[in-house]
Amino acid sequence: MPAIAVESLYKVFGKGAKGAVAQLRSGVPREALNSRNVTAAVIDHNWEIAPGEIFVVMGLSGSGKSTLIRMLNGLIKPTAGTIRIDGVDLGSLSPRELRRLRREKISMVFQHFALLPHRSVLENVAFGLEIKGLDKAARLERAREAVQLVGLEGHEDKLPAQLSGGMKQRVGLARALAADTEILLMDEAFSALDPLIRQEMQDQLLDLQSKLAKTIVFITHDLNEAMRIGDRIAVCDGEVKQLGTAEDLLLHPADDYVAEFTADVDRSRVLTAEAVMEPCGGTDTSEFPTVESGVPVNELYEPVLNSKAPLLVVDDNDDPLGVVTPRSIIKSLAHEPAADDERASDDEEALPA
Amino acid sequence: MMQYIRDWLWTYVWKPLPDMPLGAWTDELIRWLRLAWAPLFDGVETFLESLYFALADALLWLPSGLMILVFAAIAFVAKGWRLAAVVGVGMFVVAWTPYWDNTMATLAMVVVATVLATVLAIPIGILASENRAASAVMRPVLDFMQTLPAFVYLLPVVMLFGVGETPGIIATIIFCMPPGVRLTELGLRQVDREVVEAAQAFGSSPARTLLRVKLPLALPTVMAGLNQVIMLALSMVVIAGMVGGGGLGEDIVSALGRVDIAKGFNAGIAVVILAIFLDRVMQGLADRTPVAKAARLAH
Repeated sequence: MPAIAVESLYKVFGKGAKGAVAQLRSGVPREALNSRNVTAAVIDHNWEIAPGEIFVVMGLSGSGKSTLIRMLNGLIKPTAGTIRIDGVDLGSLSPRELRRLRREKISMVFQHFALLPHRSVLENVAFGLEIKGLDKAARLERAREAVQLVGLEGHEDKLPAQLSGGMKQRVGLARALAADTEILLMDEAFSALDPLIRQEMQDQLLDLQSKLAKTIVFITHDLNEAMRIGDRIAVCDGEVKQLGTAEDLLLHPADDYVAEFTADVDRSRVLTAEAVMEPCGGTDTSEFPTVESGVPVNELYEPVLNSKAPLLVVDDNDDPLGVVTPRSIIKSLAHEPAADDERASDDEEALPA
Repeated sequence: MMQYIRDWLWTYVWKPLPDMPLGAWTDELIRWLRLAWAPLFDGVETFLESLYFALADALLWLPSGLMILVFAAIAFVAKGWRLAAVVGVGMFVVAWTPYWDNTMATLAMVVVATVLATVLAIPIGILASENRAASAVMRPVLDFMQTLPAFVYLLPVVMLFGVGETPGIIATIIFCMPPGVRLTELGLRQVDREVVEAAQAFGSSPARTLLRVKLPLALPTVMAGLNQVIMLALSMVVIAGMVGGGGLGEDIVSALGRVDIAKGFNAGIAVVILAIFLDRVMQGLADRTPVAKAARLAH
């Protein structure tokens, strides 16, 4: 069963929202609605998230991503459509049942940390447990574990005002982890941090995820961040423009909107040897140095330059998959893949046989 | 031509209209209330007077020399030794005048009025912060309470409760309550939306969110409102004195009547010293709230 499943999900703000949904369903574009005092934030979302997956929702401001994440834990009610958490339809729950679901299954990390300024780090981390009704000793104990998990030992008694941005967000993360829920919603969690700290936090999240295997919905406006941490990425602008892995988005952008985003991405970090290789074409590859298929392109530069022969890409069983040459790398890193292909074939035709 | 039309309107349209009977209606309403709701008003009067007299008696239970120490101790706990010294000297001056008893009576009245005003103001402020309609209704009512000259409602209040402490206390409550409501609403509305969302996202009930998150975060602003409530209550003592409210107000009113500058000054200085004491102690308490402490740390 998927951890989260949404089906024809709509959220329209303003008077006459239901009518606007009917219009959107009949194919009226989002821009045509805006003149009528309604704003369509989320349009016809249909997707599922598997347990243990990091699902990134990526979009610019106004693309409805914050609205979307707040619908997943019921802070905002959808205008139409259903959301299922572990198969339970959120729309069927009473306010009390909804609060219980939030306490037990879903926690959230906020862009601006949302810590209680007058409580210590430890008390902030224990906040979710306090709401769950744990007694003080038990919740401080669990909070201490969560504090260690995010590497904030020694800062337990400090107030949030005494911490840097990155440390504050670690407290926010620890608070969510202490609640021990299967689902973690992260709303632009790292967007307010400096680039270096942001990368550090991304690494820490991936590290924690490898141990804890939560189901994570991560909202961001930064495609580089999305590609670094997301198992799958949904590019949104009201509706889902494209849903796929980082490589899918780079190699096969669904439309110009997605292509424009991916233009700025550091492709060498996202693409792997497997994605840039060319077929072996029957050549004898036994003397070629080998690389594993999952190695990112930016780690292939040196081996390719230092080797006279192409690199042989192998899978987990050491079976050959293809070869990587300087040419194949450059080709894959150039922006518009379709156009590049054409030009390459033109060149080949122009060359004398 | 214009002159003619004006005269014609004046003579045949405006003048024949009867006088606006708004005042007469209010008069009738008050008289009717006095008769029909007598038990209610008597009950309120008994309640307020018993509170007031109990507190005034308590304040006068110790001799003034010891009470000075009590006030200084309160100032020390709330703020520090400097305020304790100022309050000690001030209260000593008051005790030296013949108006110590009346000063304590005024303090009792201010405390009763502000406590009741606070008990009313905070729930109304909470309601106004949660509900836009309630807020929209409250705003003009609060403006009305603050701008209507006190003498205007003093009259009906005196009619309903008779002369004495009660009309003074009620007039004081009406006048001093608005900033309590306003700043409670403001404080709650200013609480970081994300923090409230966080509480909700972790499954907190609305009541718990209010008590454990919103109110603690709004507390410094609420306290600033209560400080204003106290200061406004103190400013009403003279008017309360005019309707037999006792205390320093009565002294000031009688000093005014007899042009007794000495008496007026003594009573006036006692009011000022009370004001300093109450204002600084409240400020000290507001600075001690956890949120205010945390905010100081951030700078």
